[in-house]
Amino acid sequence: MSQQIVPLKTYVTVFVSLIGLTLLTTGVAFIDLGPFNTVVALVIAFCKMLLVIFFFMHLRQSGGLVRIVLLAGFFWLALLIGLTTADYRTRNWTPAPDAWSTTAPPTHP
Amino acid sequence: MAETHAESVGLAHQFEDLAQQHDADTLGIWVFLVTEIMFFGGVFASYAILRWLYFTAFAAGSHLLDVRLGAINTVVLLGSSLTMALSVRSAQIGNRRFLVIFLILTMILGGAFLGVKAYEYNQKFVEHIVPSLDWAPEGAILARLAPGGLDHAKLYFFFYFAMTGLHALHMIIGMGLLLWLVLRARKGNFTPQYFAPVEVVGLYWHFVDIVWIFLFPLLYLIGGRY
Amino acid sequence: MSTATPGTRGNAPRNYLNADYGWRSWLFTVDHKRIALLYMVSITFFFVVGGFFAMLMRIHLIEPQGALVQPETYNKLFTLHGVIMIFFFLVPSIPAVLGNFLIPLMIGARDLAFPRLNLLSWYIYIVGGLFTLYSAIAGGVDTGWTFYTPYSSTYSNTQVTAVAVGVFITGFSSILTGLNFIVTIHKMRAPGLTWFRLPLFIWAMYATSIIFTLGTPVLAITLFLLALEHLFHVGIFSPALGGDPLLFQHLFWFYSHPAVYIMILPAMGVVSEIIACFARKRIFGYKIVGFSSVAIAVLGFLVWGHHMFVTGQSIYAGLIFSLLSFLVAIPSAIKVFNWTSTLYKASISYEAPMLYALGFIGLFTMGGLTGMFLAALATDVHLNGTYFIVAHFHYIMVGGAVMGYLGGMHFWWPKISGRKYPNGWAALAAAIVFVGFNLTFFPQFILGYLGMPRRYAFYPAEFQVLNVMSSAGASILGVGYLIPLIYFIWSMRYGPIAEANPWGAKGLEWQTSSPPPTENFTQMPVVTEEAYAYGAEEEPSRG
Repeated sequence: MSQQIVPLKTYVTVFVSLIGLTLLTTGVAFIDLGPFNTVVALVIAFCKMLLVIFFFMHLRQSGGLVRIVLLAGFFWLALLIGLTTADYRTRNWTPAPDAWSTTAPPTHP
Repeated sequence: MAETHAESVGLAHQFEDLAQQHDADTLGIWVFLVTEIMFFGGVFASYAILRWLYFTAFAAGSHLLDVRLGAINTVVLLGSSLTMALSVRSAQIGNRRFLVIFLILTMILGGAFLGVKAYEYNQKFVEHIVPSLDWAPEGAILARLAPGGLDHAKLYFFFYFAMTGLHALHMIIGMGLLLWLVLRARKGNFTPQYFAPVEVVGLYWHFVDIVWIFLFPLLYLIGGRY
Repeated sequence: MSTATPGTRGNAPRNYLNADYGWRSWLFTVDHKRIALLYMVSITFFFVVGGFFAMLMRIHLIEPQGALVQPETYNKLFTLHGVIMIFFFLVPSIPAVLGNFLIPLMIGARDLAFPRLNLLSWYIYIVGGLFTLYSAIAGGVDTGWTFYTPYSSTYSNTQVTAVAVGVFITGFSSILTGLNFIVTIHKMRAPGLTWFRLPLFIWAMYATSIIFTLGTPVLAITLFLLALEHLFHVGIFSPALGGDPLLFQHLFWFYSHPAVYIMILPAMGVVSEIIACFARKRIFGYKIVGFSSVAIAVLGFLVWGHHMFVTGQSIYAGLIFSLLSFLVAIPSAIKVFNWTSTLYKASISYEAPMLYALGFIGLFTMGGLTGMFLAALATDVHLNGTYFIVAHFHYIMVGGAVMGYLGGMHFWWPKISGRKYPNGWAALAAAIVFVGFNLTFFPQFILGYLGMPRRYAFYPAEFQVLNVMSSAGASILGVGYLIPLIYFIWSMRYGPIAEANPWGAKGLEWQTSSPPPTENFTQMPVVTEEAYAYGAEEEPSRG
């Protein structure tokens, strides 16, 4: 309501940047960067997301409350993914005990 | 309520004025989008873990997707975000004709996306790599999937269908919402003072686009194409 | 004083109950107060169904070899008891009944931000409930309410998909309610009603809504994946096919642990309201209590791994979750200390709502403290999977949340119905509930410590005495729940008419008539005083 109208030029510039980044991420996939392929792809995706959020979704003009809400969403997503993968990544820090022997029968009455 | 009719067109009874209503509607859709972030987040988290466990199989599966179609679809969807943003802008400046045009363009681009997706899904059936429904990889495809483990490759395709399927479902819902907007816009429901529904649907549509922005590299570009 | 019953068009003042008649005016209403009553009737129905399953279980457990049903049936009983009580009673209870009714009234608004979404929430809840009832009738589910994989996804041949769909659908009811509450509280407060003048019930509902919106969607996607697994057997949760059962558990508990805070935070909000009124005193440490509600909501998302200490989860993850679980107890303890400090040197009266609130403080404290036994890794190894856990969560969910719900219903019943209930019977019922509850669940702490496993249809003979005590207690508890049902219904026709503020309480909801008019206030209020501005206080009110 109290938002200024975003100029047409801004929208088109953002769109062109998004296309450029799409071509970039597709092109980089054809170059061997080892594990960094994933990192680069995610960074580019993140930049595209920011462009859409700030310009197409008007976050630039939105108040602090909306920004906090969005930040909370990302924080909670990070919690979910982070703490869950932390379990998997640290499971083999403690070596497993030797396998139980099943040959000797239990001795209690 | 002492507003004139023009000031209260579209004002719901629980609000004091259109500004409060617009504020509430906007906050409401953003909160909803955060719930969607967590909804998709669950399947992204599952994907992340199984991909970490079975990278080779996931990369092999990913290489069976058509990167060109994926990239084209990405461009199409980004285009639809542009037209959606422009439709909101048209509503803001009270240009009914272009509001309708841009909404229809958004629908056309969205439909194109879904059409390409349908074609891609059909391809997977032709190649017999649809988990549980038609899983019988053979020939060259079998040769590429076998090294990472066929069962693990099946897990990759599960995520492919589940994640793009969920995304497509959200797009179909979005198409329905766009149609509703077109019908309302043509009747002249929206004014520069009251266009919150257009903005709300727009925010939803952009969110669905952002999900695809991540789905494309995560599903199509695993392990590179070199 | 008019003796007209509500519904008499003659001389009863216009209010939300008699504003319109006929089933259409109820099923198509957008009035938050009527929607609250729709929920009230629905959750009471589900409470009876869930309680019926509990009754069958306690009868069965009177004998060590089981007195009533086959083990396979017993498994279905505890599963459906859990699913129905958690998702269809506890989670919606205070938020959907008292929250819906009171939030607009307490903040001086005409309705919630999205009234039609509110009605849709109720319909979604009902549809989900129907799916779940179908799953019960069509053969039941035997996986436990936790649906652990790969049993639920691969090996069980019970109605897993149906119940997953039912709970999935109902989850959206929670999500939309939480969304509605958040926007309403942010955007629709009356002039002068700053955040730190809000009733603590609103703070509690706000914190609960944070959990609704951030946690429930993860449950939804988890059940969706579970249903896909059950139908298609691809293997993401199945070790034989390369998947991991713990993946399911991580996703499941990411919601289900915060869910327990969904169930307790609103009750804590109710207790704050009741204590302030019946001690005639501002809640001690108002701001801290408000912040602690939000702290519980946030910290509650960091502890889910304490349900997985013995599953093979990384020991380092276990350590972190254990530490965080101890931390999350702190804000809860702060609330208990603040309530008791409020009571110190206060002028206390012991009407029924206060009895429930006092019972809550004691029983919740016991339940919370026993949670510390479980948060410690070493003791959890011994106690996990035993009746100790069952007792622990029932102390919080029943001794805490249900008592909070009953206390709230007794406190706000005059506002909701325009009628008063007989306090003698209400006090008696509260006492019966308290005695019956402790007799049911305290023996279960001992049983668990002695090693009786949970979810078993039979047990060693030496545990029989304690089990019989527990079953006896359950029958007393059932009587205690029946009595309020009777006098509440009785009061709607024969109860004395209630004035606008029968308890002399502070809060905007008491500034309008009992029952309120449809638009809540004839004149929108402007707030000029702090919350709980009761008479002469021990401490000067801070700005």
